[in-house]
Amino acid sequence: MRHRLIGILLTAGLIVLPVLLAAHHGGASFDVGKELTLKGTVTEWVWSNPHCFLKFDVKDASGAVAHWVVETQNPTTMTQGGWSRRMFTPGDEVTVTLQPYKNGAPIGLVRSVILPNGQKLGAGGGGAPVRPPEP
Amino acid sequence: MTGRAEALDMPTRFIVSIVASLAALISFPGLSLAQTWDSAGLPQSAFGPSQTTSAPAPRRDLTGIWDAGSAGISGPGHVASPFTPWAQERLKEMKPGNGPRAVTEQFINDPLNTMCDPAGFPRIALYELRPTQIVQTPNQVLILYMYEKRWRVVWTDGRQLPKDPDPRWYGYSVGRWEDDYTFVVQTIGMDERPWLDNAGNPHSFGLRVEERFHRVDRDNLELTVTIDDPMAYTKPWTPRAKLPLKLMPPNTDLREWICAPSEAAAYRKVVDEQNKAATEKK
Repeated sequence: MRHRLIGILLTAGLIVLPVLLAAHHGGASFDVGKELTLKGTVTEWVWSNPHCFLKFDVKDASGAVAHWVVETQNPTTMTQGGWSRRMFTPGDEVTVTLQPYKNGAPIGLVRSVILPNGQKLGAGGGGAPVRPPEP
Repeated sequence: MTGRAEALDMPTRFIVSIVASLAALISFPGLSLAQTWDSAGLPQSAFGPSQTTSAPAPRRDLTGIWDAGSAGISGPGHVASPFTPWAQERLKEMKPGNGPRAVTEQFINDPLNTMCDPAGFPRIALYELRPTQIVQTPNQVLILYMYEKRWRVVWTDGRQLPKDPDPRWYGYSVGRWEDDYTFVVQTIGMDERPWLDNAGNPHSFGLRVEERFHRVDRDNLELTVTIDDPMAYTKPWTPRAKLPLKLMPPNTDLREWICAPSEAAAYRKVVDEQNKAATEKK
């Protein structure tokens, strides 16, 4: 009995929460074929429905600053992927990999982030609309 | 077990009861030994092949918190049966963000995802079907949805559905036990405004929805939802066919998930501002 119990607990400990794929309100605006990786400074992290979003500033070589807004899924889905409302603080230096908007606006859908402590988190969340099979 | 326990001394009985309680708790798919707050649902691993054999289903009882995991979300919507000409006309008004007719962000007019209008029924069962608690009273079955933090009342007191109902976002529902493990709900009277699902499929006021809740065993429930709407679809269709739901531990505290209009407006404002800034730059 005791061995079985320990076995079950160990197995449970090894299970890692996968990030759920959940296309939410729509993703047709995003350029699915494109991925950008940007380094920047967090200005705000908004933990809200229908999407959480991260605002961060990116400086280019000439010193010009671009204000980016990138979104994730909702807080519930992100919690299941290990994200939290406290994970970013303004001033944090982060690396964000994202799918940008097709129209060139500095908006994107987060694919993954690298936090100041080096931790990398995937954001899952298929922004692209998935076509259901034809009937 | 009882007979054996009686033969044991007090401390041993205590240990036996603790081990038995632990075994009962860990046999739940969510594996939750600690009492926690704000559960977002079962881990995806709970939906793999079961490591334990479930106890048999209790008779005429759907009580519990049930989770369909990612299969309940259905972001892309559902493939409808062929549309009638009436539905084809309605489709022209609906600009979804998902599914085969998806449009880009600025054109989406989904009343739920852009303005936080109520999801309505059956959309609440066909999209974002997150953990859902079922409560039974002597004359009702209550369905409490985590998403939107809304509930439905299914009457089991033998009443008939109303003959001339006023439109409701969540309709009028009556249910009956078809056998000891299958509860069948009929719902009518749904307002035409809410979409049927996330793909922007329409429905008419004449829509009739049948839900079949089949309790397979203690830990497993199957949900089948059938759409019968001759005004909109040329034949009945089944967007949810035996969708598997798992029982969550009884001490699960669910997150609050509310679509607040002010939050949705703030999100859209940010997106609009970014879009505007990019356009002006060009």
